[in-house]
Amino acid sequence: MYKWIHRFGSPKYFYNISLRLSKWVTIICIISFVCGVYGGLVLAPADYQQGDSFRIIYLHVPAAWMSLFVYMIIALCGAVSLIWHIKITDIIARASAPIGASFTFLALATGAIWGKPMWGTYWVWDARLTSELILLFLYLGYMALQSAFENKRIAARAGAILALIGVINIPIIHYSVEWWSTLHQGPTITKLDKPSIHITMLIPLIFMVLAFKTFYIMTALIRARSEILEYEYNSSWAKKILGN
Amino acid sequence: MMPEYIKIFYVILKRDLTLTFREKTDFINSLTFFVIIILLFPLTFSTKSELLNSLMPGMIWISALLATCLSLETIFRSDFEDGSIEQFVLSRYPLVLIVSAKIFAHWLTFGIPLIIISLILGLLLSLSNEMLLAIFITLIIGTPILSLLGAVLVVLTIGLRGGMLLSILLLPLSMPILIFSTIALQNAALTQSIVAETYFLAGILILAITFAPVAAASALRIRLS
Repeated sequence: MYKWIHRFGSPKYFYNISLRLSKWVTIICIISFVCGVYGGLVLAPADYQQGDSFRIIYLHVPAAWMSLFVYMIIALCGAVSLIWHIKITDIIARASAPIGASFTFLALATGAIWGKPMWGTYWVWDARLTSELILLFLYLGYMALQSAFENKRIAARAGAILALIGVINIPIIHYSVEWWSTLHQGPTITKLDKPSIHITMLIPLIFMVLAFKTFYIMTALIRARSEILEYEYNSSWAKKILGN
Repeated sequence: MMPEYIKIFYVILKRDLTLTFREKTDFINSLTFFVIIILLFPLTFSTKSELLNSLMPGMIWISALLATCLSLETIFRSDFEDGSIEQFVLSRYPLVLIVSAKIFAHWLTFGIPLIIISLILGLLLSLSNEMLLAIFITLIIGTPILSLLGAVLVVLTIGLRGGMLLSILLLPLSMPILIFSTIALQNAALTQSIVAETYFLAGILILAITFAPVAAASALRIRLS
């Protein structure tokens, strides 16, 4: 077990295994994306209340889930990197941050597009929207801190501390914002009484969630590989790859 | 062992307080900044007293947050410049203790004057007694959280891109404090209970006291590695 972790932590091993992994992940991603999009846009029936505009949930919900999930991954990598000093987790954390920020932005943007026909406005000061926006700022802060350092080792470990503070803060932010918005807005429009989602609508959603998750793994691995090459460009194995 | 630790805490605290009072400009500047921002609100919105009273909670808290962002740099700046931070890290006393003393000194020289100024301003604007009490309670719980949280972030960002980066990191993380405090103040304006928000703030303060000095100490080690 420990041996495996150590091998996994070595950049060269990680590079090679991620190349092999990427192929399969890409295949799963494409298949589930096609299934999800076809199921969501063609097979699923229109919602009796919202008509066809409900179909944006096939982008919105997975993006919103991934926005939090990626932040958790960054914080987890940060904790591992602070405790065991594994180089790979630094790289994964740094590679994940822009992807997570994009997911957060996508969730906000699709929410706004959906909000215009449904609520009549692009933006309401609702609890979930606001905490998602704060999450976007947490991502941007993390990325700003990362890019401010010259030394990547120090950048990664400083980022790890920031991500851990952020992860402690996320539930507090969530509840404070909920507190604020429920006290000040009365009944919110988001609490549309959703009938529990029908199976024909749910299956495409599951496919889309899988597609988003594999898309994240795929892009994170690509970014991580190029970071590894940048990190290790002096070592012989990296030179061999770069030479080809 | 214990009295020695208390002594070292006291020594660092005294050192920082002495330094602040000798070099008064930073200390005065951040408080002046605080008052100027509060002055901007009546100038831009309205001088009608009922509107101002409803804006007051937000005014005080936004000004306090921005002033904190500017004043935080002073906690560690001179230590980084003259190299005493390396001595702290190398010393045989726990770094957490030294960092806590420095954060406490910052709160004494920034948080306490800020609370006093806010109360005086509140009196001048003839706020109700409940309001003044609520301002006092939220600030006395909230400003140490800002000092603690800010200390970690300032260690991470010192020497990099100035105060801009610090503000970008601190402001989103301090939003819960802002929200609970302003809700408490709004409740106080309606003469309602502020107990729930106070408990929440106190909980966050305990969390911050527990983790922030440790995080700041390990951030210092990382910055100096």
